[in-house]
Amino acid sequence: MSEQGESVATTQWPGAFWRALRRLAPPDGLLMKTTELACYECDGLPLYRKRPQAVVLPRTRDQVGAILALCARYGVPVVARGAGTGLSGGALPHPEGIVLSLARLNRILALDPGNRVARVEPGVRNIAISEAAAPYGLFYAPDPSSQIACTIGGNVAENAGGVHCLKYGLTTHNVLGLTFFTADGTLHEIGGPTAEGPLDLLALLIGSEGLLGVVVEVTVRLRRKPPAALALLAAFSSVEEAATSVSAVIEAGIVPAGLELMDTLALEGAQAYTGIPYPPGSVAVVLAEVDGDPEGVALDAEVLRAVFARCGAFALEEAEGEADRRRLWLGRKSAFPAMGRIAPDYYCMDGTIPRKALVPVLAGIAERAQAAGLRVANVFHAGDGNLHPLILYDAKAPGALERVERLGGEILDLCLAAGGTITGEHGVGVEKLDGMCAQFTAAELAAFHALKTAFDPDHLLNPGKAVPTPARCVGAGGLHVHGGRLPFAHLERF
Amino acid sequence: MVDCDQGEALAAFVRAAYEQDQALEIVGGGSRRHLGRTPQGATLALSGHRGIVAYEPSEFVVTVRAGTPLAELRAFLAASGQDTLAEIPQFAPASTVGGALAVGLTGPARPYTGSLRDSVLGLSILSGTGQALMFGGRVLKNVAGFDVSRLMIGAFGTLGVLLDVSLRTARVPEREEVIRWEMSWLEARARLRAWEGAYPLTGACYRQRTLYARFAGREARVAAACRALGGERDASGVLAALRDYALPDFSESASLWRVLVPPDAPLTDASATIGWAGAERFRVNAEEASVRAEAARDAGQVMAVWRRDRDAGPWARPGDASLTLMGRIKAALDPRGLLNRGRLYPDW
Repeated sequence: MSEQGESVATTQWPGAFWRALRRLAPPDGLLMKTTELACYECDGLPLYRKRPQAVVLPRTRDQVGAILALCARYGVPVVARGAGTGLSGGALPHPEGIVLSLARLNRILALDPGNRVARVEPGVRNIAISEAAAPYGLFYAPDPSSQIACTIGGNVAENAGGVHCLKYGLTTHNVLGLTFFTADGTLHEIGGPTAEGPLDLLALLIGSEGLLGVVVEVTVRLRRKPPAALALLAAFSSVEEAATSVSAVIEAGIVPAGLELMDTLALEGAQAYTGIPYPPGSVAVVLAEVDGDPEGVALDAEVLRAVFARCGAFALEEAEGEADRRRLWLGRKSAFPAMGRIAPDYYCMDGTIPRKALVPVLAGIAERAQAAGLRVANVFHAGDGNLHPLILYDAKAPGALERVERLGGEILDLCLAAGGTITGEHGVGVEKLDGMCAQFTAAELAAFHALKTAFDPDHLLNPGKAVPTPARCVGAGGLHVHGGRLPFAHLERF
Repeated sequence: MVDCDQGEALAAFVRAAYEQDQALEIVGGGSRRHLGRTPQGATLALSGHRGIVAYEPSEFVVTVRAGTPLAELRAFLAASGQDTLAEIPQFAPASTVGGALAVGLTGPARPYTGSLRDSVLGLSILSGTGQALMFGGRVLKNVAGFDVSRLMIGAFGTLGVLLDVSLRTARVPEREEVIRWEMSWLEARARLRAWEGAYPLTGACYRQRTLYARFAGREARVAAACRALGGERDASGVLAALRDYALPDFSESASLWRVLVPPDAPLTDASATIGWAGAERFRVNAEEASVRAEAARDAGQVMAVWRRDRDAGPWARPGDASLTLMGRIKAALDPRGLLNRGRLYPDW
């Protein structure tokens, strides 16, 4: 770095480390200039920013292993990163460490339609797997909203879900094998043709937010594309009726591919954003999609119509073809960026509750919002009870952020009191460290730390994320969006 | 149904064992006691810790104590028209939920309704120091903390004493039919693949040149499948017997191997019983070398459900790096290596 005047000059790491790193990294794969580092300072949660010492972009798994071994030798923290679309600050750099970008390990290594599996490198984008599988009538099921950009490696780290996980499961249900390095640069291969084994290490790695290992290969399960699908939009004149219909759908024995709810504020924003009107008088709508063979879909649709009518739906829209279904879903998928039309800022929560608690928890949120003098829009994965309350506010108003954070904490408390969790799909990262203290006991957090230590004795991989130290346990967290500037605003959001 | 929470007493027992460095053999109904390596240590009986902790039929989740007999759980759920979502083997009437989870086997429905670990939403355990810990929850989506719940399933009780577990449930189907056809395995495999998604297939196996397929769900759809696919109704109970490892040749065998391979892997032994649409192959009394060779050819795995030389263990010893890592995980949850010592591997 001595030959580059604009590089980060102050570092505690010895010259020998940097010389070795330069040897190991590809010629164009070591970024140290301030300008180059800037875009790695945050992920999809830009409220938190830190500048790393360097960003390394290896091209091969051998390079990844050698870089990790080097960092272990010098005790340098490593933050692995895919596309950086995460919403909880999981890829926030460590100021004394390096960012290890896996984005260039982006090859689909094998696609086996007969056995319905694909072996891919971690930097392959989620949607690229389904695109490669499409000619065989197959797809990769987990579909996080950022799927055109996010990588499978990041999906593994976060145990990513998506709108279809109600029926097809999360990442953990769709990964059969992983190849990963532990912090000391040792390579491990886990999983197998049926993902069974004496200890389910896959379960630990998936959703571990980069704390346990660096994944260099993922074997994913592919599924047959359902031959038929149908989307329904049911309009209700109260949120209670809409929420009740969600439970009624599941109780009727239907497993929809997706089951979503939007309330008045969310509808208002979506309508302003897409220009597609909802049935006049809609206070809340429920969107349901069923897929499968045509006969099964027809039977499911019959049940759905009856359930929605019984629960008080005053209007029903249906869409069968791909384009029509897309149109019906558009308002839902653009609901997050659409919030920018009705408020300067919003703060996104991500709790999950049992479905039976939807009505009381939504009422509780409304009540507390009113008491706090704030508006909350609800647009979420109702079928699996995964709430995304969006607290609307104006950051320029004095004391607004503090009031929002207080309300956010109250909402997470409501989720926990209802028997739920502080994060359904966005992960803990740096954002929900405080919520972890409310959800887990000190002994449970200690068990997480012990597991972390089992994989990474010196705590070099993504240190300080996902599991709080006991000392830290105060307050609550959430996703802050300022001036309607959603990170990756062009991506659809769920 | 018996409702008895012995959590406190069990915790005190484990704490005392920890202080005295006393190894513990965890026993539920005892029906799986012959699986894994020879148990060591004082008996920790879970069979008194039983009953339903919580059940909301509309949520399709039940929280049940580990010592509850599976049969009791299923009868309890049946009263609400439900059953467990995963198909869980029941070795004997006394088989408990905890024992099933510890061994982690799933019946022939696995490709269609998921593995046993897929249906675990959360659980609580006693660590090897006697601390009560809860992981996961009762909701479908939960990414807070490492997924310790799934880790427990199939670990033979070496990582924690299971206290209670939240399991996904499903509706009991309106109608269920098992149909059989005589055909080659290659044809059977092609049919199973073609039927997936097109018919309400919920389980299948291939054995003795016969394909047995179970269709279950709505009356109309099962009837349609029966009409369209022909074959003969089968009332032999072969799929239920396969689920419970109770097929006649299985129960009389000295060694029963599960060979887990990609479903397309060629068949090497015509006498194998095949489940999971080709991915799970049972070899009765086969030579170890031959099953290992079969698995190795397609990067598969072998599990001995039971075997003549019991102490060779259910799973092969992994490579040094993996074994070291697994040993550290074990130590994180059971620092003195007291829980089901030696059940999975000689040194832990």
